[in-house]
Amino acid sequence: MSAPATHPHGASPAPVAPSEEGQHHPIRLYLIVWFWLFVLSACSYLVDYLQFEGYLRWGLILLFMILKAGLIVAVFMHMVWERLALVYAILLPPIAVLIFVAIMAVEADYTALTRMASFVTGG
Amino acid sequence: MGETTLNGFGAKAARKSGLRGVVEDWSSDQRAFKSASWGKAMMWIFLLSDTFVFGCFLLAYMTARMSTTEPWPDANEVFALHIGGANIPLILIAIMTFVLISSSGTMAMAVNYAYRRNRNVTVALLLVTAALGATFVGMQAFEWTKLITEGVRPWGNPWGAAQFGSSFFMITGFHGTHVTFGVIFLLIVARKVWRGDYDRGTPGFFTSRRGDYEHVEIMGLYWHFVDLVWVFIFAFFYLW
Repeated sequence: MSAPATHPHGASPAPVAPSEEGQHHPIRLYLIVWFWLFVLSACSYLVDYLQFEGYLRWGLILLFMILKAGLIVAVFMHMVWERLALVYAILLPPIAVLIFVAIMAVEADYTALTRMASFVTGG
Repeated sequence: MGETTLNGFGAKAARKSGLRGVVEDWSSDQRAFKSASWGKAMMWIFLLSDTFVFGCFLLAYMTARMSTTEPWPDANEVFALHIGGANIPLILIAIMTFVLISSSGTMAMAVNYAYRRNRNVTVALLLVTAALGATFVGMQAFEWTKLITEGVRPWGNPWGAAQFGSSFFMITGFHGTHVTFGVIFLLIVARKVWRGDYDRGTPGFFTSRRGDYEHVEIMGLYWHFVDLVWVFIFAFFYLW
């Protein structure tokens, strides 16, 4: 990892460094993200281990999940360094899934209700 | 920004950022994704379609779980392991989570070293990533075996709602398949890096275009996505 003395800023010793290719970020950044992913995973495991219930449990699960997903997409998948044209093209369409979730939640509620009603009366 | 280079990269006017940049990129009558090569853009679009696939699995699971009148089996007990005379809830799943996150970390570093043209470290990190992925699949096979011997089937299980088994096998099975294919592709990419294919520009697989170290990054996108999906499965299937 230690750069030669003639390259004090860690510049590549290769004669021509490709200027516009690829993603160049310090390893340190990845290690920090990795560390936080570990911490967040431990936290979400603790939610279960400590037997949190109800809205506290669901809220914490969702919070840690979104933070982890955000870190992976933003840093590991380099989304923060892409142009917005790509970011929007990839991150906006999944909103359709959330709408689908909302529709099916209403539908599932209704199904459960009709099942309970008809099973009680022996329908 | 103002420096000029032989290939003229630095000479171009800076592109607009923000919403105006989005409009200009999309209406430029050229490629819309200025910062991403075709390979990378296509991998992202594939991953978007995969997001829909897993999204639909998870929402089918939600629908089944919300609408059943039977009690849903308690993941806490179902996935507990008996270690040292005590039942530790979800311990195998927790270990699997850490293994997959670690493989994502080594993958991210492999991409970094690939762009630095450090082939030895890149190959080593890719192989570690593949090994961690294989470990994950192995632990998943163990988990499946344990549940099947306990009587979990797609059509029923000893603890409650029958849909538990079908959701479990469908979601984790599809995810495990993704991990398995990821391991295979990791090994292929590792071999290409090791042979120096990307230094010589030998064509990549599935294509006749010249290969370069961006292939490692595109491979990384797929691998991180597999980890990303596990984040959601862990939250919704195992913890909820």
